[in-house]
Amino acid sequence: MHRTNSGRLKTSVSASLADARDELLIAGPFSQGISNAMKVLVPVKRVIDYNVKVRVKADQTAVDLANVKMSMNPFDEIAVEEAVRLKEKGKASEVVAVSIGPAQASETIRTALAMGADRGILVKTQGEVEPLAVAKILKAICDAEKPDLVITGKQAIDDDSNQTGQMLAALLGWPQATFAHKLELEAASAKVEREIDGGLQTLEVKLPAVMTTDLRLNEPRYASLPNIMKAKKKPIDEKTPADYGVDTTPRLKVLKVSEPPKRQGGVKVKTVAELLARLKDAGVL
Amino acid sequence: MATLVIAEHDNKTLKDATAKTVTAATQLGAGVHVLVAGQNCSAVAAAAAKLAGVGKVLLADDALYAKMVAETMETLILSLAGGYDAILAPATTNGKNYLPRVAAKLDTPQISEIVKVVAPDTFERPIYAGNAIQTVQAGAGKKVVSVRTTAFKPAAATGSAAVEKVAAASDPGTSKFVGEELSKSERPELTAAKIVISGGRGLQSAENFKLLEKIADKLHAAVGASRAAVDAGFVTNDYQVGQTGKIVAPDLYIAVGISGAIQHLAGMKDSKVIAAINKDEEAPIFQIADFGLVADLFKAIPELEEELTKLGA
Repeated sequence: MHRTNSGRLKTSVSASLADARDELLIAGPFSQGISNAMKVLVPVKRVIDYNVKVRVKADQTAVDLANVKMSMNPFDEIAVEEAVRLKEKGKASEVVAVSIGPAQASETIRTALAMGADRGILVKTQGEVEPLAVAKILKAICDAEKPDLVITGKQAIDDDSNQTGQMLAALLGWPQATFAHKLELEAASAKVEREIDGGLQTLEVKLPAVMTTDLRLNEPRYASLPNIMKAKKKPIDEKTPADYGVDTTPRLKVLKVSEPPKRQGGVKVKTVAELLARLKDAGVL
Repeated sequence: MATLVIAEHDNKTLKDATAKTVTAATQLGAGVHVLVAGQNCSAVAAAAAKLAGVGKVLLADDALYAKMVAETMETLILSLAGGYDAILAPATTNGKNYLPRVAAKLDTPQISEIVKVVAPDTFERPIYAGNAIQTVQAGAGKKVVSVRTTAFKPAAATGSAAVEKVAAASDPGTSKFVGEELSKSERPELTAAKIVISGGRGLQSAENFKLLEKIADKLHAAVGASRAAVDAGFVTNDYQVGQTGKIVAPDLYIAVGISGAIQHLAGMKDSKVIAAINKDEEAPIFQIADFGLVADLFKAIPELEEELTKLGA
């Protein structure tokens, strides 16, 4: 829906309305007291693009990321979209995008800014940072920024850990609503429909809270060209883990990264009857 | 010190995922205790007590745990964690929800979705949608591990452990269960079925998924779907098989009208036998299918149903 030209146009118009409102809020000393002036923090991760075919390095130490297209983790895109929509609806006053990663993660933050986030925080790191260390850095940022809501992807498509949001919530002592399918934000709480194994579950969590996104929460927009240009002027703060007193040395030791056993393609059958016969022979029918 | 397994259940029945997690836990070489947290769930505790390799079942029966809300599960598991070296949970949506909270509070990294226990401190886990396998070794301190249950066989029901009641822990009071909409089906559960038949975008509508349901009923199979089919609204989210949906490994997986995106393959490529029906002979699904039929599914599926009827299925 948001991937059409008209959708983009609409997006940029409403975004500028939101910006105007934002200036009003920031201008006055009373902005803190306005009940709907919520701050939303959106952690985003730079990962291998989801369309790239992954290859393991010959020395089996890691996946080969040299000259590979990198993008924002798709679940984090959904998180940014949800936060920006809250702003467009007047429910949030500010959206802060945070990324923890190499210098190039600033591009990931720029993407979030082009989608409508207001400012960014880049915490520069080298090498792998485990979810627990990421959660500790995010906790320190939350202590300083005091957001009402943190929205992030339920998992990153590189390490598939599905931990960071939950760990952050625990460290902060906040409630969580993971795998969000639908969000209804109230003044002091959020009602979140979640995707669970058996179907859908609705939770009500007190704010501040952490929410992690599932696939069907929304369909992220493409940033429009004017918004991409505007994003270049939005501020990004640069920090290091040391600024937050967090040691990012990995606690787990990766002994090896290997190719999974390859599954060989089998045979083509010509008819449904032949398919059934083959399945019977294979002993699975 | 022993290993604690957190049981997956619905207050009435113990899920197969628990028996499989117990198998992974026994491979750590220490004793295994199972925590059943729920409400009016003594039947579940009794079932857990029968699992081979289980030394003791801890039963926390309280309204707080009726829906395994993450914040209450966290305080309960932490109240017991002192007595254990390792804490394991199945990587169900419940396990994925509460377990990282426990790890964070214990200040220990979590190892997610293991598929193999190499040594009591070393595990294999898939990364990049299963396109790479990482072998990872835990450091000192407690191990917190979630288990991809399709990779382990269920522990047999040949044991007879004691059930011990444990007290409820504190309620942080920050979240409240409001309601749920669970899919009701007479068919086997997707993650436990011996046969799964899944549909993709090729099915074209919710109505057409009924074609698959008829086949599923004849084969006692579960019905699954690709992300494309769920996004299009043909079926609900609980049908989704893939990297971020359900991981399945049945004896037979029949993919109908599914092209085979890597994210979908990540959820089913460990099935014993894969059959694919797709009209596009270039579809990537054929590269991993044992048996591929290039055909229009709207002709092939009714024919399949007819043939199965002939076979008396």
